[in-house]
Amino acid sequence: MTIKHHVKLGLSALALSVSLNSVAAEDPIKVGILHSLSGTMAISETVLKDTVEMLIEKQNAEGGVLGRQLEAVVVDPASNWPLFAEKARELLAQEEVDVIFGNWTSVSRKSVLPVVEELNGLLFYPVQYEGEESSENVFYTGAAPNQQAIPAVNYLMNNIGVERWVLAGTDYVYPRTTNKILETYLMDMGVAKEDIMINYTPFGHSDWQNIVSDIKSFGSAGKKTAVVSTINGDANVPFYRELGNQGISASDIPVVAFSVGEQELSGIDTGPLVGHLAAWNYFMSVDSDANYDFIDQWIAHTGDEEAVTNDPMEAHYIGFNMYIEAVKKAGTTDVDAVKDAIIGVTVPNLTGGYAAMMPNHHITKPVLIGEIQDNGQFSVVWETPSTVAGDAWSDYLPGSRDMIADWRKPMFCGTFNTATGKCGASAGEMAAESN
Amino acid sequence: MSIIRSLTLLLFAIIMINPAFAQDQNTDSGRALLTNLAEAPASEVEDAIKSIVRSGDERARGWLEAYGANRLSRIKDTGQVVLVLNNRGRDWEIADPLTGENMGEMSRRELDRVAINNRIRGQLEGILAILDLNAADPDVREASARDLMGKVDAALVEPLQAQLETEENAAVRDRIQAALAIYRVGEGDLDAVDELSGSLHPRARAALSEAVRGDNPALAAKARQALAAIEQKLKLNSAAETLYFGLSMGSVLVLAAIGLAITFGVMGVINMAHGELIMLGAYTTWGMQQLLPGQPGLALILSIPAGFMVAATAGIIIERSVIQFLKGRPLETLLATFGISLILQQLVRTVISPQNRTVVTPEWMSGSLVINDALSLTLNRMYVLAFALIVFAGLMLIMRKTRLGLEVRAVTQNRNMARSMGIRATRVDILTFALGSGVAGLAGVALSQLTNVGPNLGQNYIIDSFMVVVFGGVGNLWGTLIAGLSLGTINQLLEPWAGAVLAKIIVLVFIILFIQKRPKGLFPQKGRAAEG
Repeated sequence: MTIKHHVKLGLSALALSVSLNSVAAEDPIKVGILHSLSGTMAISETVLKDTVEMLIEKQNAEGGVLGRQLEAVVVDPASNWPLFAEKARELLAQEEVDVIFGNWTSVSRKSVLPVVEELNGLLFYPVQYEGEESSENVFYTGAAPNQQAIPAVNYLMNNIGVERWVLAGTDYVYPRTTNKILETYLMDMGVAKEDIMINYTPFGHSDWQNIVSDIKSFGSAGKKTAVVSTINGDANVPFYRELGNQGISASDIPVVAFSVGEQELSGIDTGPLVGHLAAWNYFMSVDSDANYDFIDQWIAHTGDEEAVTNDPMEAHYIGFNMYIEAVKKAGTTDVDAVKDAIIGVTVPNLTGGYAAMMPNHHITKPVLIGEIQDNGQFSVVWETPSTVAGDAWSDYLPGSRDMIADWRKPMFCGTFNTATGKCGASAGEMAAESN
Repeated sequence: MSIIRSLTLLLFAIIMINPAFAQDQNTDSGRALLTNLAEAPASEVEDAIKSIVRSGDERARGWLEAYGANRLSRIKDTGQVVLVLNNRGRDWEIADPLTGENMGEMSRRELDRVAINNRIRGQLEGILAILDLNAADPDVREASARDLMGKVDAALVEPLQAQLETEENAAVRDRIQAALAIYRVGEGDLDAVDELSGSLHPRARAALSEAVRGDNPALAAKARQALAAIEQKLKLNSAAETLYFGLSMGSVLVLAAIGLAITFGVMGVINMAHGELIMLGAYTTWGMQQLLPGQPGLALILSIPAGFMVAATAGIIIERSVIQFLKGRPLETLLATFGISLILQQLVRTVISPQNRTVVTPEWMSGSLVINDALSLTLNRMYVLAFALIVFAGLMLIMRKTRLGLEVRAVTQNRNMARSMGIRATRVDILTFALGSGVAGLAGVALSQLTNVGPNLGQNYIIDSFMVVVFGGVGNLWGTLIAGLSLGTINQLLEPWAGAVLAKIIVLVFIILFIQKRPKGLFPQKGRAAEG
């Protein structure tokens, strides 16, 4: 009897521990991180991986969500666009993650889109992009063109009195689309065609002598001239160096950049660049307690006193907190429930205001214009009086003017054409077609 | 400009007539002035600056300079305006602007920057330029007169004319005259157009273009004429400039390719990790600057031997561990060295950082050599051009005049024969590969001054390097030099009208066609060397 009893006890203890174990095993909420840790994009994307890991750590220290801990699942798509799709499939199908934070370049996002839509995942995309997209499964926490490019141009036009424009960019989809939007917008505002100079350069362009000299002579026609730069990544350092060496100062021809942040400036000596501009929705120098706390946390996490924060990191901060709030609101991590709950969710941003998730899966953001300082930081010289809601479909492109996105029922469509009253193909289908 | 107008007379009065006026100031009024500046809403900043200048305080210039450089902040609690001495990191070093006394470090949270933007900075520059017109150094006076071009207004005319009479330096006088002429063209003065007709300064051209667009027909006609003359001059200058751009881009190509001309050209090893050897040289420069903080120039010069040694050592390791086993198997060598290049890149990413590293350009290498107002040659590129030529000359010497060069040529022409003559072929292989790799390291040291120092540095140059070597004729150093310089020049000639992307494509297509016609490149090897 006693033996039996003991066995019974032992068995039930075993069963208990097994059931406890199984609860613990399926308990954590799995957060997929899809950022390149090797290859050309590692320079920008590794910090975003670290950011999400830091946010997860903090959330876990506060007890997780719904009583469950969060667990990061990190994969490395190695700056290889097709590999992004494979890794996204791995995250969703094998690892069965509840949400993905990831991607930087538009082409990698387009590669991931069909997979995320097919497997019904959730993707938070943290980088400013060219717009013209809204997917049921993607949340765009970076700026759309109307949250960065258009307000920056308005600032130059109204506050600086710029009449002549150089649109310089790297030759790929984001600068091409943004410049098309800006060109239409400038012409709508009455700028003559000969007062707009458009220039594209290859990725990693390092010999800027000729182009800078062209800009210099374009700018000496007696009208105030500015450069709107969508030059990407590495190419910026030699560009700014050449500007400095050829003696173009910010008070002669200011350059306003959409892709130059604290991260990029940390690779150059900013002395000659003082006064050049950048348009973002967040700067590390923003004077708010939330921001200072975030910086302290980031420096503690990286252990590097010199570590900088930047705009896409803030986008992940907002996206992550929105996801947490949506899960709390839905009471589950079920994808459809979270998708439904997240629209209208409002969380604090780092600039002292609030960000709300709009029905088109874009968020509201303040637009800041900052001037480069000699310490590699920006000082804010102008900001929009209130936040601006992201517009998925630009009003300044033919064909996109009539489109709207609204992921609330009954419309529930990312490509609704108000002229024909029809819903077009989904973003993933369109991306799959062009892939 | 209104602020300048009202201030100029005042300034001249204060500085020229009674410099002693500024001596006797008490701290209270200074504090009040700065607080006033810090608290002024955007529309009243002008007035606040005005009153600072009007106070005649001798520290005013320092305050305004600090303000322009974003170095004025307020302590949030007390409202005291302080001078920020060091604004890096989370704690800033501050000082009292009135006494200059160091107040130690303070958290960024406690400080509120006194805002400034480009518009106000432009006005400040104007005010400071006027102050500088009285500097003892004629260079400073000339720079300030140049700054005043296009910024002169009615109030400034009289003091400038007075200055013109007392000014002894001819260059400064020319500048002041040009500045006055620009103002007079704006006022419709026909004679002033003549004075500007030879000027290449962009502001002079801007003034004339404006006159052409204006509603005074006589002035417009004359201005058009003057502009045409200027355009003519500009064309010559821009041709010279394009040539310089071409040579400078060519010198970068030569530097990147010349090490490959040895490993690939002479030894026949397809080394895909060549770019990463360049990268190692660039990182050595960064490392040296970290070791010698505050002396970027010295660090750069020391990096030349150091970069050579680091890259050469890496080259020896690659040669001994991989390449020697793959002799005569080009495809395997290509794949293996490509693998090595990826390993080296990721190594740098993991060990150092995926981020770019800041390499400081020493003072004597930044800026440009001003030939005239339209033509200035950037100094960093000029140094790189000279460096490329020196490296080339050095290599030529080694290959032609030393025993190593002789042995290398013997081994590449006929390995077995050379060995039977007592040359240790293996040793020659190692030394040649080390030499080629070391030169790649030198290229990296030079490139660190032009472009990013990051893990991807090498990738950007590997294709170009092979292109130059193949185009110039494999195994011929002169060919590499000519090919590099001419490809650079062709590229820069095409760029203005084809755009950077298309120019690159055209050059590539041109090389493909050229290689079809002459498969051995510009300067093919002749005689016995050709069969080796």
